[in-house]
Amino acid sequence: MKKSAVTLLLPALLAVLVWMPLLFLAGGSFMGVVELTENLAPILTDSSGYASWRLLPQFPTLRPYIELLLDSPQFFVMFWNSVKLTLCILAGQFLVAVPAAWGFAQYRFPFKNFLFTLYVVLMLMPFQVMMVSSYLVLDRFSLLDTHAAIILPAVFSTFPVFIMHRFFCSIPNAVIESAALDGANKLQIFLYMGVPLGAPGILSALVLGFLEYWSLIEQPLTFLRNKTLWPLSLYLPNITADKAGLALAASVVMLIPAILVFLYGQSYLEQGIIAASVKE
Amino acid sequence: MEHCKKGKSLTEFLFLVPSLIGVSIFVLIPFIDVVRRSFCGAMSGEFVGLQNYVTVFTNKAFQLAAGNTLRFVGICMPLLIGLSLLVALILYHQAERAALFKTTFLIPLAIPVASVVLLWRVVFHSKGLLSALVVRFGGQAIDWMNSGWAFWVLVASYLWKNLGYDIVLWLAGLSSISPSIYEAAAVDGANTWKVFTRITMPNLLPSLYTITVLSFLNSFKVFREAYLVAGDYPHSSMYLLQHLFNNWFRDLQMDKLSAAAVLTALIIMGLILLLRRAWEEKCE
Repeated sequence: MKKSAVTLLLPALLAVLVWMPLLFLAGGSFMGVVELTENLAPILTDSSGYASWRLLPQFPTLRPYIELLLDSPQFFVMFWNSVKLTLCILAGQFLVAVPAAWGFAQYRFPFKNFLFTLYVVLMLMPFQVMMVSSYLVLDRFSLLDTHAAIILPAVFSTFPVFIMHRFFCSIPNAVIESAALDGANKLQIFLYMGVPLGAPGILSALVLGFLEYWSLIEQPLTFLRNKTLWPLSLYLPNITADKAGLALAASVVMLIPAILVFLYGQSYLEQGIIAASVKE
Repeated sequence: MEHCKKGKSLTEFLFLVPSLIGVSIFVLIPFIDVVRRSFCGAMSGEFVGLQNYVTVFTNKAFQLAAGNTLRFVGICMPLLIGLSLLVALILYHQAERAALFKTTFLIPLAIPVASVVLLWRVVFHSKGLLSALVVRFGGQAIDWMNSGWAFWVLVASYLWKNLGYDIVLWLAGLSSISPSIYEAAAVDGANTWKVFTRITMPNLLPSLYTITVLSFLNSFKVFREAYLVAGDYPHSSMYLLQHLFNNWFRDLQMDKLSAAAVLTALIIMGLILLLRRAWEEKCE
């Protein structure tokens, strides 16, 4: 017992460091204007001394949230932009990547290994490497400054294909064969056997995708000049004395969907992370 | 993949067609076009050979950004990989508590950068919370993001974000080692250190390879933090390749940008192949 307590010291210490920012944010978002101003005065108003912070607000209030959700049309537009972008990307990935992953996992065709290796290499390229090529093709199709500029390249990301492929490969051959013996055609096998049996893999890819696309920064910054199209991840009100509460509340609202998806999908998230690491 | 069906029916290929068409149009063909452009002049479009690459290499901003990026990767990766291995080893022997800790360390992965950026400003402002703490212990207040410390703030943020990811990977590697090897070692009377160096480490080598590659690729995402906190032109200690790409892009310097993109792609591919080879040789 004693030994285990000692060895847990390091993880426990790190855990506190991980949680601290979240507690700060959550606490701060319920503080009133007066309390925030008092805490942050040295930063906000150039007065002397240093900023301070309490974990729990002295006089908790929902004012910042009400103000944000009711009186900030700009925030609302950006929130819906984020929802729209994320949902369209995930739906598109589902329609394109699931059949592709199934095709790679189940069938043999010429150049298959070459194509799959190509998919892996493309999935490993960071955005900065691909940004010129994306820009050129989006420009060619006049898609710049539209939501399609963010959605379409993401839909054809090869990463979800790779993740789902891992899970489809693990479906036992006998299951597929018995369905074929019962007279199911290829589409039926895919829809009634493949999709349900590969569901954990599909969910893994979608959970990883959600967390990625909910906090998109580079793509909208690069391809969207029109700020009314920007997603929430680029909503950064300046911290001024009267807006500090608003900014904190916005941070928390942005965080909530991601946390919910995380809590619901943690096991899929882990499976997805592990699947991405399996050696070919 | 031995359960592949034989036969040349085209219907099977149809599953792949939408993805193949999309990937070709949006990723593959444009990238090949960029490779071509990297050998051409920006205005004339004529073939200029390696001129763009020479320009990029002699560019001061590129040298600074590439140096910073190398330094960042060189410091972060050993720290992250070592720390996550240590935590994974501790958690592996604490099965009943591991779940809670795993959730904790994975949560930063879910937190949108934009949510914590505000807090960064409050913490790292010259009159912010960190300065307050330092002053209390008799130090001097510092404008953290506008000094050499900015680099280390970025390092800490990268560790904070990716620790859970690597812990999960290490735990998966650890659980794939057969318990019977450990039992045999225990029968032979091997001590903890010997078990670790002779059994655990060698068996974790494949994990080390993938964790290194994935951590390297995730390190590119630290640009999000850097950009949201410090904008287009951060303190020179944290001016990364990504900032440079961004600024060249804004000025539409497609020739330099193409050459730099091809270089980065080459380095990433080279690293992946190199690490794979290094691992395979050790295996024999």
